[in-house]
Amino acid sequence: MKYSALKIFLEGLTGNKGWKPVWREPEPKEEYDIIVIGGGGHGLSTAYYLAKEFGISNVAVLEKGWIGSGNIGRNTTIIRSNYLLKANQPFYELSMQMWENLEQEFNYNAMVSQRGIMNLYHNDPQRDAFVRRGNAMKLSGAGAVLLNEKELRKVAPFLDFDNARFPIKGALCQPRGGTVRHDAVAWGYARGADSLGVDIIQNCEVTGLNLDKGVCVGVETVRGPIKAKKVAICVAGSSSNLMRMAGLKLPIESHVLQAFVSEGLKPALPGVITFGAGHFYVSQSDKGGLVFGGDIDGYNSYAQRGNLPTLEDVCEGGMAIMPMIGRARLLRMWGGIMDMSMDGSPFIDKTPIDGLYFNGGWCYGGFKATPASGFCYAHLLAKDAYHPKAAKFKLDRFRRGDIIDEKGQGAQPNLH
Amino acid sequence: MNKVMRLHGSKINRKKHIKFKFNDKEMTGVDGDTLASAMLANGQMLFARSFKYHRPRGVLTAGSEEPNALVNFFNDHSWEPNTKATTIELYDGLLAKSQNHKGSLEFDFMAINDYFHKFLSAGFYYKTFMWPKSFWEKIYEPVIRSAAGLGTLEKKDDPSIYDKGFLHCDLLVIGAGPAGIMATLTAAKNGLKVILCEEDFVLGGRLNADTEFINEQAGSAWADDKLDEIKQFANVKVMIRTSVYGSFDHGIFGAVERKTDHIRSSGGKPRQILWRIYTKRSILTAGALERFISFGNNDRPGIMLSSAIRTYLNRWGVCPGKRIALFTNNNDGWRTARELRDSGCNVVAVIDSRMESSNQLDGVPTFKGETIIDTRGRKRIKSIELKDGTTIETDCLGVSGGWNPNIHLSCHQRGKPVWDDKKLCFLPDKIPFGMKVAGSANGKFLLSDVMRDSIQKTEQIVKELGYKYKKISVPKCTGEDLIIEECWEVSGTKSRSWVDLQNDVTSKDIYQSYLEGFHSVEHLKRYTTLGMATDQGKSSNVLGLAIMAKIQKTTVGDVGTTIFRPPYTPVAIGTLAGRARGKEFRPYRLTPSHNWATEMGAVFVETGNWLRAQWFPKPNEKHWRQSVDREVLETRKSVGICDVTTLGKIDIKGRDAGEFLNRVYANNFGKLEVGKTRYGLMLRDDGVAYDDGTTARLSDNHFMMTTTTANAVGVFRHLEFCRQCLWQELDVHMISSTDGWAQYAIAGPNSRKLLQKIVDDNYNIENENFPFMACGEITICGGTAARLFRISFSGELAYELAVPSRYGDSLIRILMEAGKEFNAVPYGTEALGVMRIEKGHAAGNELNGQITAQNLGMGKLISKKNDCIGNLMSEREEFEAPESLRLVGFIPVEKSKSLTAGSHLFSRSIEHKMENDEGWLSSVAYSPNLEHSIGLGFIKNGHNRIGETVVAVNLINNQLLDVEIVSPHFLDPEGERLRA
Amino acid sequence: MIINHPYLGPRDASEFVYKGDANLINRPNWDSKNSHQQFHDYLYLRDNPEGEHKELWYHEQGDRSWLIVTRNTITHEVLDVKLVRDVSVGKRK
Repeated sequence: MKYSALKIFLEGLTGNKGWKPVWREPEPKEEYDIIVIGGGGHGLSTAYYLAKEFGISNVAVLEKGWIGSGNIGRNTTIIRSNYLLKANQPFYELSMQMWENLEQEFNYNAMVSQRGIMNLYHNDPQRDAFVRRGNAMKLSGAGAVLLNEKELRKVAPFLDFDNARFPIKGALCQPRGGTVRHDAVAWGYARGADSLGVDIIQNCEVTGLNLDKGVCVGVETVRGPIKAKKVAICVAGSSSNLMRMAGLKLPIESHVLQAFVSEGLKPALPGVITFGAGHFYVSQSDKGGLVFGGDIDGYNSYAQRGNLPTLEDVCEGGMAIMPMIGRARLLRMWGGIMDMSMDGSPFIDKTPIDGLYFNGGWCYGGFKATPASGFCYAHLLAKDAYHPKAAKFKLDRFRRGDIIDEKGQGAQPNLH
Repeated sequence: MNKVMRLHGSKINRKKHIKFKFNDKEMTGVDGDTLASAMLANGQMLFARSFKYHRPRGVLTAGSEEPNALVNFFNDHSWEPNTKATTIELYDGLLAKSQNHKGSLEFDFMAINDYFHKFLSAGFYYKTFMWPKSFWEKIYEPVIRSAAGLGTLEKKDDPSIYDKGFLHCDLLVIGAGPAGIMATLTAAKNGLKVILCEEDFVLGGRLNADTEFINEQAGSAWADDKLDEIKQFANVKVMIRTSVYGSFDHGIFGAVERKTDHIRSSGGKPRQILWRIYTKRSILTAGALERFISFGNNDRPGIMLSSAIRTYLNRWGVCPGKRIALFTNNNDGWRTARELRDSGCNVVAVIDSRMESSNQLDGVPTFKGETIIDTRGRKRIKSIELKDGTTIETDCLGVSGGWNPNIHLSCHQRGKPVWDDKKLCFLPDKIPFGMKVAGSANGKFLLSDVMRDSIQKTEQIVKELGYKYKKISVPKCTGEDLIIEECWEVSGTKSRSWVDLQNDVTSKDIYQSYLEGFHSVEHLKRYTTLGMATDQGKSSNVLGLAIMAKIQKTTVGDVGTTIFRPPYTPVAIGTLAGRARGKEFRPYRLTPSHNWATEMGAVFVETGNWLRAQWFPKPNEKHWRQSVDREVLETRKSVGICDVTTLGKIDIKGRDAGEFLNRVYANNFGKLEVGKTRYGLMLRDDGVAYDDGTTARLSDNHFMMTTTTANAVGVFRHLEFCRQCLWQELDVHMISSTDGWAQYAIAGPNSRKLLQKIVDDNYNIENENFPFMACGEITICGGTAARLFRISFSGELAYELAVPSRYGDSLIRILMEAGKEFNAVPYGTEALGVMRIEKGHAAGNELNGQITAQNLGMGKLISKKNDCIGNLMSEREEFEAPESLRLVGFIPVEKSKSLTAGSHLFSRSIEHKMENDEGWLSSVAYSPNLEHSIGLGFIKNGHNRIGETVVAVNLINNQLLDVEIVSPHFLDPEGERLRA
Repeated sequence: MIINHPYLGPRDASEFVYKGDANLINRPNWDSKNSHQQFHDYLYLRDNPEGEHKELWYHEQGDRSWLIVTRNTITHEVLDVKLVRDVSVGKRK
């Protein structure tokens, strides 16, 4: 079914009774070419690109709950390609370019809104670091503008320029950065994959990996065994649990990241604003809520909820840079399980077990990577070769010392 | 004031009139009113417009669960959007206005949306607005954004003050209805330390809203008496206007106390206080909330919950209509009808969906087994149409779809409530440790059951905490049970039937959501926005789930519920931030010379939490560079003084202190002589450079370590880890003494001469006695203990002199006085930075956590002979890669040009793109000694490329510059000055 | 969260700094065979269980002791708190 304004008009006239399911609910087949474990954003986009770009549509996405129930359903919806390191920046820029064409491609409005992202700086060393980063962005085609205080005042006059503890001196801006309606991304990919023949199977938890002579040949699920030529793990938050089934340990810790949304308000913010010195970032959703967050709570957790100190810390950061939000009320807070990797960067790789592939370790930056992660993972699955822009995201990089540490924090996952 | 509509109310003072304004319309209420009760008493039924269709809306409830009556409320010098009129306490001069409309509340142009509702069904926006691509940001989104949102945030700083505090108790009682009062009394009499929180401004909960009797006393009077009794207990703290908004780990609760929202201005006191309440036990006695029924056009102003009508009637003496009808699927509607009739109000009909209802009411037409199919009346309900075709004229309709126990806080730790098929509600399950749920929050709807449940649960708590239980008897209560039968949605209507009033979600949206495959409750919520409004679906969620269950031909229990998450009611961000805003966001750390530097007119800069002098401008200096250049030149020419107290200082003692240092530093420390100082490079356990500094050996077993300012706390933590967790066998002890010592760098050719004036005579600091890298404990100024280190960051003959912090202010004054004859200058962090770049020292821009010892050219320093943190991991192949980055110096080929830090480095005549990137400039400065720009930076294989010209690419400023790779030691490469 | 310090009693978790898997106290021998491999596994492959987790917390705003806390990562329930010093008494290299 093709969506359009005309379709809405015609359906509206006939009582909206002709809409079709956005995805089918098929019974699992006995065998697939590829099984993707995890119906989150990355899993669904992997399946979509396998079918669309690599012609492999005998694919199942197995989801233990409802699709989009992982971090794609609980994040702060920001997209950006403002990384510093060579191993990262071209990959995230690929993702950004894919975002820009996504909606027309899969005929679903995910509200990709490129209203810009601004990282505030407060002193000369921070500015120097941003110049370096901004140049990396420009060198990879991502675009960047360094705003001084005067220029920043024009776009964000509400910032506390005059009374701040850490005076705001300017910002590194990526005009193409912005936000996307996160749930719609999952649904759009699901719809696209489904229409290309991919089976999306919900309520189908994987309970074991079937190995035959050291080769992964399928999975055990709550709905019975399913065979596959290749099994692709894509279950951020449960990565360690899944890989434990294969007897493998990961350079990943699970942490809780909280996010927050305020009551709906008429437009108040120009785009995404981040305040690194105080652990706060914020944007405003199309519906009007201020969507904001900060640091992870900092301890290993699978609880999908956090605690008060982080909430207060984040709100302090918010009030420190934009005291106009004092009367906006926090409406809802939630927590997701983050795959915090040892250097803050992800993995898209084969595992030591033939037929078993791994995608994870996205820390709290996985949402923006959804298109490129799926595409590059599909590339690896289809061709058994790394996509050049994701070639560094290897599981054995720590053995070689090929660390991709954007924040320079070392093997301390809660600091990335 | 319309006196006809004001009857006796249990919690108002009818004699005390209060004037207020809604949308510039003057109205009068009475003491004890909320904005909602006062507006209703004034006959104002139109409160607001809905989110999507801009439908006229009245007030549905009488509490914080209100979905409709949101207003913009002026209090404490600022407008507060989205405030529930049902929770605003009336005061003289109160201002409120309606929100979310274009034009007036009565004539909202945006109401045109309502006529196009067929095309604005669930998720329509996902299916259009995609063409042409560029229109989204430019046209569609701005239109959607300005139409969406609710109230308007004032774009000015919140003028109010907020505060935070901690409270501790044995038992937190949440909600002061009958169950809460009973629990408080029981616990109080048994000696527990109790905190009772109530979100309302009166205690009693539904006792004030109903007409039940307890021990033959009217419920609201009983509540007043019990409050008086509770106040006698020193072990009880009663907090009204206090909402417990979240339940967190280990019995910690978040609560907001509204201190001044009920008066016009806070008078400079905190408007609200955020409390963190630490409890041993808690009891959730938050009562139950009535829910709605879905039927055609059930959103019109004048349609209210049955229990809310009773609240307005009994508590505030307001009869909200002249012809009131009730629609119910349980006994609650009858109760409202009876009480209305008994108060002399006109009840025109009771419609009961139950066939078998035994209720009857003399003189009131009743319709059993009947439902409402549609209503009429745009700005206020005019009539209802029953399924059998009967039309009844009415101006107020009370609806009761049953009651939802208020289990919210019992689910904040991912508890999953269970569905009760008989009571037709979710009951708490998997409750957090330490919590109990009692009363109607626990599904007890009969008052005597509520009381008994509460006493029993409190008894258990008393015993769990080890107190001897003193028995409390259950009071005698009137009351009746609910006897509910399912009636969620009235089918067979062509009109829209609302489920979520605020977000304009109708039952058709739920059907469409199912049709499109959004079957899971989470998908339903996300696709239709059901329950995502500011009321968090308190009146709508269960109704929506029930309709979904009906479509799927299953039970609500099987459909399940979405996750309850904090906060229970929305909390102002300002409150959550408390006082941590503006300059008070984080504490300032001030250096010992801060007062003196202020007197000197220094310009300060934030480095972490420290404020440091950045430069000391002279009156004739117009530009900061003039000051910095002068400070550098004067220091190199004669002597300069800089406060370096902010560097981390760790005092390390013990028999094995030397061995300990040997292991925590990458370079060897074991053989450092007493009286000597050594540069130390610390690696992280992954082999990357972490920190550097100097460590002095003051005696055999006593070392003084310095760290960078930024890593002072982290290094100390790391050392404690090494000491306690890795090498317990070492005899080593340490303490952070960063704040204990004031430390000054005295640098320049005349630094020794200056110091000799204040160092006591028995200490010889001539070069041969106190050479480069010497250290010692000395006295100055006639006996003041001090430590002197001959170390140099500037590259000059230099010392660092430390005295106990309390002498820091005196010392800077003494040094400057003594330095007068040498024209000593104070210098700030900028000059410090210039001099260290001239000397080629790495600092924060270089030690950024990504750089290795090899990159710094210090690979050979790493000890291979013994175990030290990071040495093994620094041997990994990428660390040892031959062409890796190397710290070198850079100068512009054209000397008049300036380098820019952050520029990327490329070989000449190669395309400037990421793949060809070879490095970057990390720190740059203008060297007043060399009279041109200089820089430090990293470039591949840099040490083998000295003399090569490369291009510094700064696309951010459209700047390309030819630069020459040079040694990083721009000045005095042989180090003759510092050894002088 | 609250951590029941063996000496200081119940303290708010915000007084502490978190490090992670308690196995970090078992640093491999520097001079053993395949020590590179051992250090890699020690540093990068940590326990990450869903359930009981032994982990290191540092009482930075208190007595500066390093603690081993046994905590459930699903419920956050703290089951045990010990000083590292007491856990590894007699551990010598």
